[in-house]
Amino acid sequence: MLEFSIDARRGSFHLHVECRFASEWTVIFGPSGAGKSTLLRLLAGLDRPDFGSIALDGNTLSDSASRVHQKPGHRNTALVAQQPALFPHMSVAANVSYGVVDLNGSQRAERIEEMLKLVDAENLTHRRPRDLSGGEAQRIALARALAPLPHLLLLDEPFSALDGAASDALLERLKDWLRKRSVQTILVTHDATDAYASGAEVAFLRDGRIVALGPADVVLADERRRILERLGSN
Amino acid sequence: MDWQALALTLKLATLTTAILLVLSVPLSALLILGRSRWLAILEALATLPLVLPPTVLGFFLLVLLGPRTAVGRGVIALLGHPLAFSFSGLVVGSVIYSLPFALQPLVAGFAAVEPGLVDAARLLGANPARIVFTLFVPLARRSLLAGALLSFLHTVGEFGVVLMLGGDIPGATRTLSILLYNQVENFDYAAASRTAAILLALSVAALIAIYSGTRRLRGRHA
Repeated sequence: MLEFSIDARRGSFHLHVECRFASEWTVIFGPSGAGKSTLLRLLAGLDRPDFGSIALDGNTLSDSASRVHQKPGHRNTALVAQQPALFPHMSVAANVSYGVVDLNGSQRAERIEEMLKLVDAENLTHRRPRDLSGGEAQRIALARALAPLPHLLLLDEPFSALDGAASDALLERLKDWLRKRSVQTILVTHDATDAYASGAEVAFLRDGRIVALGPADVVLADERRRILERLGSN
Repeated sequence: MDWQALALTLKLATLTTAILLVLSVPLSALLILGRSRWLAILEALATLPLVLPPTVLGFFLLVLLGPRTAVGRGVIALLGHPLAFSFSGLVVGSVIYSLPFALQPLVAGFAAVEPGLVDAARLLGANPARIVFTLFVPLARRSLLAGALLSFLHTVGEFGVVLMLGGDIPGATRTLSILLYNQVENFDYAAASRTAAILLALSVAALIAIYSGTRRLRGRHA
């Protein structure tokens, strides 16, 4: 379970959120500029909140009152951003194994194989990032983030370069794998259709505030109506 | 031809470059990754030799390393002799004098590494040292090469600091630039021309090495 109470200012933008995500899969939906990526960076530990606390499964990851701030990479949290940010001078295999440091050679090879199989990229092992398509790079970034077996996975619109069918198939495999490994997942999107189709618990973020939290069909009812009206008008 | 001066110059430049690379890589990484407000002061101090006249820097070092200061007395107690007018003193002076020439290309090269890559490495548990050696150094190797060769060339051509701190002791502190000065002072223009030609050849060779190296690395990325 992820619990957080965060207050963070970035220039004129003010993020003030307090929430508890208990579901295996939660979608944070919101328009551009709502603070979705800022929130994920704070949860991942890349940035520090001005005030507040973050706890995962009862473990404090960050707490301004007691000056606790676990570094990213030490909080069992993975973040996959829209930009894959693969290390350009390393092969796909080296990218995927970068965060796996506590395994011996054969275990590491097994982990790489498992991750590449999960994202359907076994044939890309020796390729360099410059030889990958946008969708392939995003899949490798996902494999790299999952390789250390995190407890919390943060997805910041990471499937934008995948076409619909490939994205759906990957999402199904991924959900199954995450369920087996008990990995809590938070997916960020500005696409109401994606958020609605997930069928998951949805948090609606607007102007740095969570304005609604609940089942997708309830939280996104207005968005759904708006989309249907637009389709009907055509 | 004064082979002793040539050998001493190359020895000084090689040693200075090696020390500067060891110092500059972590220092550049600290300037890029660090968040302390004191880092601006550190960067300013490290860049100071770039704007300070070499004779002024040489004079400060001569005083600092002499027996009148606590630092100088400490060095004398440690080594048994003062650093001024010795080869070791020249190395110290050259490292300080050439520091900006190693540091600036590296800071620029490290700063050009995409922040998203650093974030990805941090998320995967990499500590600063791992980020430096697995990301910064391989991705900024052109800057590393440029910093090394600029430091080398700058040390080869160094005059003011060498003269103030080392004087003119054959085999210990007489470098090619000091030799050239002596030859001109003695109106031995033929010898001065040969010495100047060697200095010119060293500079041209090093610049060709920089550009062929960067072209090769660029070709690998194309």
